[in-house]
Formats: sequence, structure tokens, C-alpha cells
Amino acid sequence: MATINLKLIKNPFSKENPITVQVLGICSALAVTAKLQPAVVMALSVMVVVSLANVIISLLRNTIPSRIRIIVQLVIVSLLVILVDQVLKALVYDVSKQLSVFVGLIITNCIVMGRLEAFAMSHKPFDSFLDGIGNGLGYAAILITLGFIRELFGSGTLWGFKVIPQIFYDWGYQNNSLMIMPPMALILVGLIIWFQRSRNKDLCEE
Amino acid sequence: MQEIINIFVKSIFVDNMIFAFFLGMCSYLAISKTVKTSMGLGLAVVFVLLITVPLNYLIDNYLLKEGALVWISPKFASLDLSYLSFIIFIAVIAAMTQLVEMFVEKTSPVLYAQLGIFLPLIAVNCAILGCSLFMQERQYSNIGEVVGFALGSGIGWLLAIVGIAAIREKLRYSQIPKPLKGLGITFIITGLMAIAFMSFLGIKL
Repeated sequence: MATINLKLIKNPFSKENPITVQVLGICSALAVTAKLQPAVVMALSVMVVVSLANVIISLLRNTIPSRIRIIVQLVIVSLLVILVDQVLKALVYDVSKQLSVFVGLIITNCIVMGRLEAFAMSHKPFDSFLDGIGNGLGYAAILITLGFIRELFGSGTLWGFKVIPQIFYDWGYQNNSLMIMPPMALILVGLIIWFQRSRNKDLCEE
Repeated sequence: MQEIINIFVKSIFVDNMIFAFFLGMCSYLAISKTVKTSMGLGLAVVFVLLITVPLNYLIDNYLLKEGALVWISPKFASLDLSYLSFIIFIAVIAAMTQLVEMFVEKTSPVLYAQLGIFLPLIAVNCAILGCSLFMQERQYSNIGEVVGFALGSGIGWLLAIVGIAAIREKLRYSQIPKPLKGLGITFIITGLMAIAFMSFLGIKL
């Protein structure tokens, strides 16, 4: 039992990463990663929503008629998202303003719906909880990598603090403003996928 | 009128759903292998956006906003239900896609055969919910502007998915490093298309 449980958390990190392998939840991953702080907050919110929604759906899985399951899932997820949104507004108002509509979009984030359909509808609550945490971590890993690279090269800061010393700028170093523009996020994800697949040949497409 | 056209053009080119906000990326990546199916999905998205966004605008303005319920009784002037907007919007979208699907099935079997399989998918497409949430955030002043915004966003999305599908059809014959094949190259090309679309920045009628 213990080994299976560990796998549930470990696999989404690499072999079954929700973003680079399952291709779920791309929208928010790209949109919120221009800076590190919103990326971390977003990753945490998604992790909370996925794991709790997984548990609730898994508890209810035998009572939900399969014809209306999408609506039931949407209602439960949107309740959780409303809670997360209110908490963010109360605790970190600035970040919540930066994330703007993307907190609401966790409802239609495919990671949440995908894991509910693929896992929680057919597994026990505790396993579902671990699956939710695992997928949340896999998602967070990509978001934090992207946020780190884009903020470091795009604005020369990390978490809002300056890390590239002033002397570099005096010598003519410039921030790469393309990094904080949307197109670079897409290209960076492409490169991450390239890197991951060249390390792990099983994932290559024909 | 000019303001409406301005919003329409702006939401196709400058605030493109895919290239500027990455909304609806999941279905954009999954269903862009051939031009024909991507055209079907794109049309379905335009269709559903045109119905749900104005409807959500009315609901937001006459039921949810602070003071929106004054038309029932002045007592409600300080009532603010906007925290309910997520759940109401998604319920409207899910219900409307179901209705549209049944309506299309009854009235136009040809259109149904083309759009049918995509319509249920659309309920969980983030472009649809995203469009409603942007509508709420940007506070458009009248329903004409909202319709212009919905139509523009839909057409922008259609343009993007048909474009990438056409490119992917050609890509099948090119030699790409194996690990980059499929998903990787699609991301990079979308990035390049987004750079191209950036040249529309600042366009105004």
C-alpha cells in the first residue's frame, strides 16, 4: 500500500506531469508566470482546489448519477474556487489583483476536471487526496520554473527583490523585455518539453 | 458605433484570446491536427460565446452587481452578490451549451454533425468562462460593446486555431528533432505566431 501511495505523488512530477505530458491546465500556467510571486500563489491555490475537490468527489462517487456528473463536478469545484478567491482577496490583495480572472478560471482548469474524471471518480478518498497533491506539485514545479526564469531575465528581480547587481546594468546589460511578454512563455514551455523528452525517450511522439 | 467596432477589432487582434491570454489552450492544442475539425470547433466557440457572454452581462448587471437589484425594491441598494458570479456564470455556460446542443440537433442535422461532438467540450473550455470574467472585469458600458467583444474574441480564437491547424498539417512532412515532435514544436510555433500578432499592438480605429 505504501509503495502505491508514494507513486501517486511521485509520478505527476516527471512521467505524468500534468502540464508537459498530460497537457492539462496550460492556460493559467502561461498567463500568471511573468513574476514568481503570482506563480507560487496560483500553484498553491490550484493544489488546494485539486486535492479538496478530489476528496469530495471521491466521497460522493457512488451517489453521483453519471449523466449529470459534469455539472456536479463544476458546482463543487466552483464552490471551492469561490472560497479560495475570497481568502486570497482577504490575505494577499495585490497578488489577487494581478491574477485577475485567472483565479476564477481554476474552475475550468483542465487539471481539476481531468483528475476528477480520470482518478477521483474511481478511487478511494485518501488515494484521491494524494493524487491531487501530486498533480498540484507537478503543476507547481513547472509554474515555479517558468516564473523564476521569466522574472530573473525579464525584470532582473526575484520575488520583487533585485538580484542582478547594478554594475551589470552600468556595463550595458539590459533586461530582456520579451521574457515578460506572452510569446516567450509559450516558447519556454516548448523548450522545457524538448528537454524533458530528450531525457526520457518513452515520452516522444511518433 | 465606432466604439463597438473598435472593441471588436481590438479583441480579434490585440487582445487575442490565445496569443495574449492563453485562454482555451487545452482544446487548442488537442484539436488542431486538421483544418476541418478545428474549423468546426472554432465555429462552435464563436456561437457559444455570442450567446453566453451577453447573457452573463445581463445577469451580472441586473442581479449580481452591488446595487443591481434596485429594480426590485430600493431596499436592496447595498446588496452585493458578486461573490456568486463564478458559480452563476459556469452554470449559465453549462446550461446554455446543453440547450444549444439540443437546439442544433433538432433544427440543423448538418450543423450538428459538424459541431455535435465539440459542443459538450466547450462547457469546460476556459476561453468561454474567461470571456465572461473579462467582460465583468472590464466593465463595458452597454450590451452592444459586449456583443462586439464576444464576437471579436470568438473570431480571434477561430483564426488562431485554424492557423495552427494549417501549419501542423504541413509540419507532418518536415524533419523535426524527435523529442521536439508534436507538442513541443506546436508550443514554439504558437509562440512565433504570438510574436507576429504583437505587431498589431496599439491598433485603433
